[in-house]
Amino acid sequence: MLDFLSARGWLWSAAFFYLAVFTAGTVGLLRHGRRASNLTYALMVIGYALQLAGLSLRGKEVGGCPLGNQFEIFQFTAWSATTLYLMVGVTFRSSMLGYFTGCLAAVLSLISLAVPAWDATRSSKLFGGNPWIEFHAALALFSYGVFALLALTSVMFLFRNYSLKVKRVGGWFSFLPSILELEVIGLRLLVAAVAILTASLAVGSVWWLRDTATADVGKILVTVAVWAAALLVLGLRLASLLLARRFAWACLALFGAALLSLGPVDSSRHQPTPKVATTVPVP
Amino acid sequence: MSQPNVFVIGATHHVAPIAVREKLTLNAEQSAALQQDLAGITGLKEFTVISTCNRIEIYGVAASSEVAAAVQAAFCQRQRFAAAEFEQFRLVLRDQSAVGHLLEVAAGLDSQMLGETEIFGQVKGAYAAAQERGVTGPVLNRIFQKAFQSAKLARSQTGITEGQVSVANVAVELAANIFGDLEKTRVLLLGAGDIGEKTAKAFRSRGAGSLVVTSRRMERAMELASELGATALPFGQHESRLAEFDIVVGSTSAPDTVVSAAATTAAMRQRPARPLFFIDLALPRDIDPKVAALENVFLYNLDDLARIASENLAARTAEIAKCRALLGGRAEALWRHIEPKLNGAPGSASGVYEPGGQPSP
Repeated sequence: MLDFLSARGWLWSAAFFYLAVFTAGTVGLLRHGRRASNLTYALMVIGYALQLAGLSLRGKEVGGCPLGNQFEIFQFTAWSATTLYLMVGVTFRSSMLGYFTGCLAAVLSLISLAVPAWDATRSSKLFGGNPWIEFHAALALFSYGVFALLALTSVMFLFRNYSLKVKRVGGWFSFLPSILELEVIGLRLLVAAVAILTASLAVGSVWWLRDTATADVGKILVTVAVWAAALLVLGLRLASLLLARRFAWACLALFGAALLSLGPVDSSRHQPTPKVATTVPVP
Repeated sequence: MSQPNVFVIGATHHVAPIAVREKLTLNAEQSAALQQDLAGITGLKEFTVISTCNRIEIYGVAASSEVAAAVQAAFCQRQRFAAAEFEQFRLVLRDQSAVGHLLEVAAGLDSQMLGETEIFGQVKGAYAAAQERGVTGPVLNRIFQKAFQSAKLARSQTGITEGQVSVANVAVELAANIFGDLEKTRVLLLGAGDIGEKTAKAFRSRGAGSLVVTSRRMERAMELASELGATALPFGQHESRLAEFDIVVGSTSAPDTVVSAAATTAAMRQRPARPLFFIDLALPRDIDPKVAALENVFLYNLDDLARIASENLAARTAEIAKCRALLGGRAEALWRHIEPKLNGAPGSASGVYEPGGQPSP
């Protein structure tokens, strides 16, 4: 039976609040498109607080940043996306970003909670007691949360662009922010994601260079590939060579790549190396 | 009926054609004179006059039913309009029906353009003017204040005011969907036609950053530019300077397109990251339809805008029953509160007029 005061208990509660954002938003849209921005924001804040409590509790239990298995990584990514939404989402004119973020956080949280195997084992002493490596891992995963939010704004951009091109602007399309606003926020999020990932890699590289024997080449390659792809997309966007729909699709692809990279990165932790305790769990 | 009552008497666009309404409508001076006449009517305890281009309505609290006839006579005399003719177009409602009517008027439910919000301000203005003159009292104060609350409720609880229903406003709304804030947008008006002018005015009223007018007749372009607070551009330059604009409104009477796909492609090369919005209101069309296929370019013609306006209107119409039920309930509750006071409360219907009575809580 689930102990509601355990870390998982808090995280289940948070997931239900994120699900409530999705449900309330969907009902609102179906009923004449009525928006309830305040309700969305309140539910998101409660979900966020519960998730923060759950992750803090887990962090206390494991004595570090809770990034020791797939379950924790998904939870941390959802938390990062929600953090960013609560920080920048209020500048959007509608609750649609809150609605989409709520959907994403609910999906990531519920999937991670629904697969017990993901949380059955975790690498202990993951960062070898090195706070810098922990910082590197947390930064990297936070950047993945930014990629998640970037993916959401890209989806919103594609919907808005489609609605304007096919001239169907009524219904819930009318609650989406403008094309220009979505482009601006997309670019800013990409800049933020690249900056955070770069900082994470910089912190991590100091450790890799000091102790090359423990560095996992496969993981480094995957991580650097994601970073390079993000940098390339940013460069092309700044040079006005990747715009509008193509830019949105590229951002979606970046998030997909980031998610896919979690697999190889996570599996590298479980390789039986003598120094597994100091393996970095994330890019 | 010789008991105290609330009434409304007047004429609206539903029955009175424009030729009649223009004779009945009151300017500020006429309104002031009429209110002075009404203040002298015995038994008329409170009143408010609403005069817009679509309606003239006098709301009153009377000691007896004969008072409404005296109000009608005073109005017809002031407007030099035959009473018999007025009665053909007349609207007369009493008590709960009158209260319900005001609630519907304030909510835009009785407007010619269903759900428009300008009427709300007009009713508020009329009420404020009456209050200032001291001709409202506890009954009308309560009724009008409840009408304003109900109108706001109707707006938030139903879709009666959602979506634009005029071509010009639909175009502006679409531009907002693309650019968000219109303050930094540059609008180019091609041609000086009537519909283009209306659209340009709609952009101006929504705060469009700058407006440029171009027409084959330069003097007409300059005249319109001066009227709109815009600048004029020689007609031949519009394609070469297309990249400078965010929104292009086509309303010329040219037999062929005046903006080509090639010119648009060239313009977009200079401003690839910024969208370009074409509103083609001309027939034959001004903008080459091929531009719609370009990335970051959006093209809407007259049919598209008219279809969206009519869809929005249909959506508003679908909300009428819901809105009417909501307002009807509010009117009924309000009337239940007012009726006993009207029939027995000291200082109200008992015959003592309290000028400038304060709003009831």
